[in-house]
Amino acid sequence: MLEMRKDIFADERADNLKEVGQPTQRQDMLGHVTGTSAYYDDHRFANLLHLKILRSPHAHARIRSIDDAAASRAPGVKRIIRAADVPVNLNTLLSLIQFGKDDEPSLATDVVRYKGEPILGVVATSERAAREALELVRISYDPLPAVFDVEEALKPGAVSVNPVYPKNTFEYHGKYDHQKLRFGAVEQAFAQADFVSEERYQMSPIEHAPTETNGSIAVPDTNGRFTVYTSTQALFFSLDTSAKINAMPSNQLHFIGGTVGGGFGGKVDTLTEPLAILAARLTGAPVRYRLSRHEEMQFGSPRGAERIYVKDGVMRDGRIVARQVRAYFDAGAYTRLSSYAVVKCVAHIPGPYTIPNVHADVFCVFTNRTPATAMRGFGVTALDFALECQMDKDAVAIGMDPLEFRLLNAYRDGDMKAHRREAKNCALIECAQVAAEKANWPLRDEFRKMSSKKDGGAERAGVADRTRMSTPAAPVRTGTSAPQRVTYERPAGSTSPPPIQSTPPATPPAGSTHGVRRFSSVFGTRRR
Amino acid sequence: MKTSIQFRLNDEEVATFADSGSNLLDVLREGIGDLSVKGGCWQGTCGTCTVLVDGMPRLSCVTLAESCEGKSIETVAGLRQGAKLHPLQTAFMERFAAQCGYCTPGMLMAAKALLDREPNPTRENVVDAICGNICRCTGYEPIIAAVLDAARAAPRRS
Repeated sequence: MLEMRKDIFADERADNLKEVGQPTQRQDMLGHVTGTSAYYDDHRFANLLHLKILRSPHAHARIRSIDDAAASRAPGVKRIIRAADVPVNLNTLLSLIQFGKDDEPSLATDVVRYKGEPILGVVATSERAAREALELVRISYDPLPAVFDVEEALKPGAVSVNPVYPKNTFEYHGKYDHQKLRFGAVEQAFAQADFVSEERYQMSPIEHAPTETNGSIAVPDTNGRFTVYTSTQALFFSLDTSAKINAMPSNQLHFIGGTVGGGFGGKVDTLTEPLAILAARLTGAPVRYRLSRHEEMQFGSPRGAERIYVKDGVMRDGRIVARQVRAYFDAGAYTRLSSYAVVKCVAHIPGPYTIPNVHADVFCVFTNRTPATAMRGFGVTALDFALECQMDKDAVAIGMDPLEFRLLNAYRDGDMKAHRREAKNCALIECAQVAAEKANWPLRDEFRKMSSKKDGGAERAGVADRTRMSTPAAPVRTGTSAPQRVTYERPAGSTSPPPIQSTPPATPPAGSTHGVRRFSSVFGTRRR
Repeated sequence: MKTSIQFRLNDEEVATFADSGSNLLDVLREGIGDLSVKGGCWQGTCGTCTVLVDGMPRLSCVTLAESCEGKSIETVAGLRQGAKLHPLQTAFMERFAAQCGYCTPGMLMAAKALLDREPNPTRENVVDAICGNICRCTGYEPIIAAVLDAARAAPRRS
């Protein structure tokens, strides 16, 4: 199934790869097929106690009172854990890298901000005893109005979700309510574009649903330390977060993990370790905190839902001259990793295409939904979905083959990106050419001969020329009213060159740097 | 109230005491100590905990342990014969049919039940046999290929 295409960029690869491209057995495969791989829950301890958590049934409510007297007397119950028992009951994951303010309690104090938020823990001799004790806890709530829509949350007078960020937006660099990207002049370019299309894309939250739910076992060691067996995907992240929340030096924690029953980003949030350790400290016994499937689905953070507006300005000859993106990330009630997802999203705009005018505003928004987190390319995946849908719509609007439309606009070495970095190591054209070949998708000669290494930079994407239009201004039209296939008819079997008058001359301008940045290393000549 | 439970597990007689009403998954893992069986949902929806009861695939998390009294249970812990791997295990290894490995024990047992009753399965038979087993790493194609490989590799029974 894996095919090495060394013919591509062959002049740049002197090295002969020994491992890449060769099948190699996983070191854990024998354990997996014999059922002997030890996941966190495959460790056994005498007198293991079980922690279960009482969760908010409301999306937003004030807690008036908690009565846990009956629960504390229930059979098998060893300890009730309340918010006041948590040494440092406010944290944010990325505080470990000084990014963002502590905004999330381990156990809710006065207000619950999403359905499923932890409020109180019961440690008992069995999961069943703990569950039955939870049924005896009486909590009185004053339900509060909730907000579930990212744009509603930004309106004046909207419900304030998280008191650390009262305006419902994450704060970047201590003062900015969103991330921006500005390059060229989009309004001017839209005015001159042949076609303007604008669409709205709405994602849903997606639960990773690993077959092994999140969980951990904290075991008091003989020397005052705690050994923690965990499902975490991010061992040291979880160790440091647990140390912070428990106000203990991290050298008192010994984390054991690495064999994870599926993660996909859903096991980076340190959901269970801090309270398992706290419970082990308070009882002196090993404690397991394992999420049920229901908890995994409701409390385990999902991929955040994103709302993305994309507006493109396209010329009849196929060039995208402007792209504007406005996006809202639904962080849920607390930050977790959504602030970082927004940074990734903005770094990815406008996609792998050379567009001379780009304008983006991306917000990390708090709502009364389950806090969102990492999942497989989060920040980028949904944006790519939106952008590639838009690319197809653009191509249809000007009557151009969708793959050729992408090849025409793809980054080439030497192009200037919207982030004011020169494009290097570009390979989209080559990848698309191979994909087209595999899929028997007909590309005309000019497109088969395109190269990432040719014709980049200069007029195509030079900053100095970014607002220059080589075709006369045309009336701005919207995508819905645009007539389709106006100038880009593709007669069957036609070999005539496509109308790409705007592609720059084949000779790179003086001072072009592609090739210059390549250098030889012990591995051969590499593209950098 | 504890109740005694006795059954054959991978051709060995085993017995334990468990709370009345316990499920087979908990009895195997906590009572007997067979940790090769994994729990995924504890509500009979994901197939992770699949074991064979008298040769039939069963979801051990929703199987009453007491109902297995005197029966024969097979788990992945008993699949290999000494140092020799079962053809399914070899095929899973060669086909890269496991990623995180958590669904693998259940997947293998569902596949074994199929091969035991249908030594020459079609692709449709295989898909049908594992359709109750969720793999969230989404490695279904290698798994299907591995089961078909194992069927070809196994000595033919007439």
